[in-house]
Amino acid sequence: MDEIFKPSRRSFLRGSAAIAAGTVAGGAAAQGTPDPLITELQDWASYTGVGVDETPYGLPIRFESDVVRRNVEWLTASPISSINFTPIHALDGTITPQGCAFERHHSGAIELTKEDYRLMINGLVDEPLVFTYADLERLPRENHVYFCECAANTGMEWAGAQLNGAQFTHGMIHNMEYTGVPLRTLLNEAGLEAAGDLSDKWVYVEGADASSNGRSIPMEKALDDVLVAFKANGEALRMEHGYPVRLVVPGWEGNMWVKWLRRVQVTDMAVESREETSKYTDVYENGIARKWTWVMDAKSVITSPSPQMPITHGQGPLVISGLAWSGHGQITRVDVSKDGGITWETARLGKQGDTKALTRFYLDINWDGSPMLLQSRAIDETGYVQPTKDQLREKRGENAVYHNNCIQTWFVNEEGIAENVEVS
Amino acid sequence: MSKSLNLFVPAIGVTTLALGLAYGLSSRDYGAQTIETLETRVQQTEENVARAIAEAQAAAEEAARLQAERDQLEQLAAEAAMSGSDLTAPAPVIEGKYGLGRTALPEEIAAWDVDVLPDGRGLPVGQGDVFTGEEVFVDQCASCHGDFAEGVGNWPVLAGGFDTLANEDPVKTVGSYWPHLSTAWDYINRSMPFGAAGTLTPDETYAIVAYILYSNDLVDDDFVLSNENFTEVEMYNSDGFVVDDRPELEYAEWQAEPCMVNCKETVEITMRATFLDVTPEGGGDSVMNDATTSDSPVFSASASAEPTEESAAVEETGGVDPALVAAGESAFRQCKSCHQVGENASNRTGPALNGILGHTIGAVDGFRYSDVFQEANAAGEVWDAENLAAFLADPRGSMAGTKMSFRGVRDEADITALIAYLQSFEE
Ligand code: HEC
Ligand code: HEC
Repeated sequence: MDEIFKPSRRSFLRGSAAIAAGTVAGGAAAQGTPDPLITELQDWASYTGVGVDETPYGLPIRFESDVVRRNVEWLTASPISSINFTPIHALDGTITPQGCAFERHHSGAIELTKEDYRLMINGLVDEPLVFTYADLERLPRENHVYFCECAANTGMEWAGAQLNGAQFTHGMIHNMEYTGVPLRTLLNEAGLEAAGDLSDKWVYVEGADASSNGRSIPMEKALDDVLVAFKANGEALRMEHGYPVRLVVPGWEGNMWVKWLRRVQVTDMAVESREETSKYTDVYENGIARKWTWVMDAKSVITSPSPQMPITHGQGPLVISGLAWSGHGQITRVDVSKDGGITWETARLGKQGDTKALTRFYLDINWDGSPMLLQSRAIDETGYVQPTKDQLREKRGENAVYHNNCIQTWFVNEEGIAENVEVS
Repeated sequence: MSKSLNLFVPAIGVTTLALGLAYGLSSRDYGAQTIETLETRVQQTEENVARAIAEAQAAAEEAARLQAERDQLEQLAAEAAMSGSDLTAPAPVIEGKYGLGRTALPEEIAAWDVDVLPDGRGLPVGQGDVFTGEEVFVDQCASCHGDFAEGVGNWPVLAGGFDTLANEDPVKTVGSYWPHLSTAWDYINRSMPFGAAGTLTPDETYAIVAYILYSNDLVDDDFVLSNENFTEVEMYNSDGFVVDDRPELEYAEWQAEPCMVNCKETVEITMRATFLDVTPEGGGDSVMNDATTSDSPVFSASASAEPTEESAAVEETGGVDPALVAAGESAFRQCKSCHQVGENASNRTGPALNGILGHTIGAVDGFRYSDVFQEANAAGEVWDAENLAAFLADPRGSMAGTKMSFRGVRDEADITALIAYLQSFEE
């Protein structure tokens, strides 16, 4: 059962003691002294503010300028073939605003207009076709919220705790509401009679950028829930996410979500492109590698408190919050531990999560100021329970790069400062 | 109500017709018997009409009831839609086609459909030899990938790394890792050189691929690669991949109802991110580095979340205690990013540490030490439990100028355990 925080007289007293001791920065003014923010007339309550049209397309207010994507420079040779991280530590709810959703490019983000956009469907189809952007807009479309997680998310943490911040350990993820045409509709337009038995067929999808980032997807998935998307969170895709058209492959690794989608080819075997052999495969301790690991298994992380989100208010009411997701479907439960996995409590879900989309969870506690080893553990509709780092290492060794969905631990000390750690 | 009206009309029509017929017949001067017969008929007809009317009324009532039910359902649906219930449906799948999109022309398909399949389908006619390949490679690729495809800086390494796949840090190159040659041809042809993709001619690509094969000791220097002999080349790691087996190996095991209480005896911190200090600006490292002066607490099942004195009782037993060695193994995680021990250990960022106790300082074969280590080595200094403990506690303090950029191990018990663990590996 959820532990619902009930403010007791004792905790209230303890809380005010902390305030009196000055450990709470920027709290409401202490008892006795009237708060000038209330008693004095403020400029903003007297003068007028800016008019409409000041910014035809609004950006976050300047006080939020630290809520931005960040890059780990030593990871890659060049920012043109690189990745940055969503500031998940500073967001709440589940939808990722496009402007701070992580970017991953293999040859940089390109500018491609809707007018110059072409999508070819060819290979084992009855009639190879070329669609324009305007054509796509005339086909029945759907709306779905899905997470997109890079297979390398948390990859730097295989051998040990490395990066100090949820943004860096878990920020290769975003969650948006997509509008698009099911890929099956386009395949149906081209006709699949020529492909014969579909059970052993594939589609090979590639982008219009210099890397082309080709990937092979089994036909079964292609006909299931894959979307050819042109809107995210209600507006056009951003350049860095594949404007004007990207592929959405729900629950599967982000590399398959080909941006600037330009071609879908029906084939009778996987192409075994560079992105599905050299990359996005994992070597295990015996030197054998695992390929075609498309699904992103259930995973979760506490976004606050976390190294970038220390507790600044001292003891008393504390909202522990985080995100959970699974490529296999819905998140059904999230457990939280404050003692490194000795005891667990079931967290409250912000709202029932959509399938293959982020779910927000909360645990509302009364923090007594003692150190915590915070962990979260997601369970999805298949009953799969997010494993510990040791469980994963036991199965896969430490040479793996991708698909690290281990339970994350944050050590929170008496002062409320949090650090990325590994525990026994 | 239109439905119920429809039901009434035919019933009334039948009655009028029947009465009219009866009246017309009775007005003629037939015999009384005939009249009687007719009267009986009229009576029967009237009975029939009455029954028809009753039936019609019943049907009308039934229709009204159905209509009401339908109205009610419609209202419920409207209410449900208002309250946001699920009326969603996937995009419709139609019988035929929408007829959108136009036929792709052969020239267009030829321009874009350039992928090469593992069995060689998709390769254009052409050929290239190792020497030409070397020229093109040095000219167009070496600035990033090195003259011998060995990689420059952080750019990808394309050659070497054989027999490293089972090592701590496998070196995955076209030679050591890639299972199909088609992948190299396809990728180089469409995506390289970085910044000028799609500019190589087929013959140049054949030549470059031949050169990369040569750099990986897969062919001799007189080799010529062409679309004809392409599929004859054997890659080292062609059998090195298995298809995703998580469902069998992991999912089945990780579906049990998880433990909620007393799931472990104690929990200790075994590694901390701030010690590595690789987090960029915006991460949480700076705060923690300044703020943390105390040892990390140990969490235990009995007094959960209470900081306790860390295993201070550990005696300096000289490394025979298996529990101590085990503790050392877990503490060694903070060293693993740079050091290897055990069978096949090799030099990484730091030297391999087998048999380090009793060994001369800075003497591991093939490792380039800092000046301070070289001096200690020249002076014949040897690692013992004491100077090693001092070094591990504060590397830069005890050996000023050391290349070992590591903050030091704070916990004395951890140091003792580490030394015991290192002692368990002979040279
Ligand atoms: C300006 C630097 C640069 C030049 C010049 C260059 N490359 Fe690359 N190469 C890269 C980068 C960056 C990547 C990784 C791209 C990515 O992240 O997707 C790469 C990747 C590769 C890979 C795949 C490596 C792997 O392990 O997956 C091959 C093969 C390759 N290049 C071959 C070539 C060849 C052949 C040429 C010359 C025709 C060339 N490159 C020129 C930068 C360069
Ligand atoms: C960031 C990389 C790094 C980490 C982490 C690291 N070391 Fe080192 N270590 C080095 C380097 C580099 C040297 C060589 C020092 C020099 O040349 O100045 C070294 C040297 C040593 C030596 C001396 C070897 C010799 O040949 O004389 C020992 C012993 C040692 N390290 C033990 C440890 C232990 C135990 C840990 C973990 C608690 C550890 N190191 C963590 C990089 C590291």
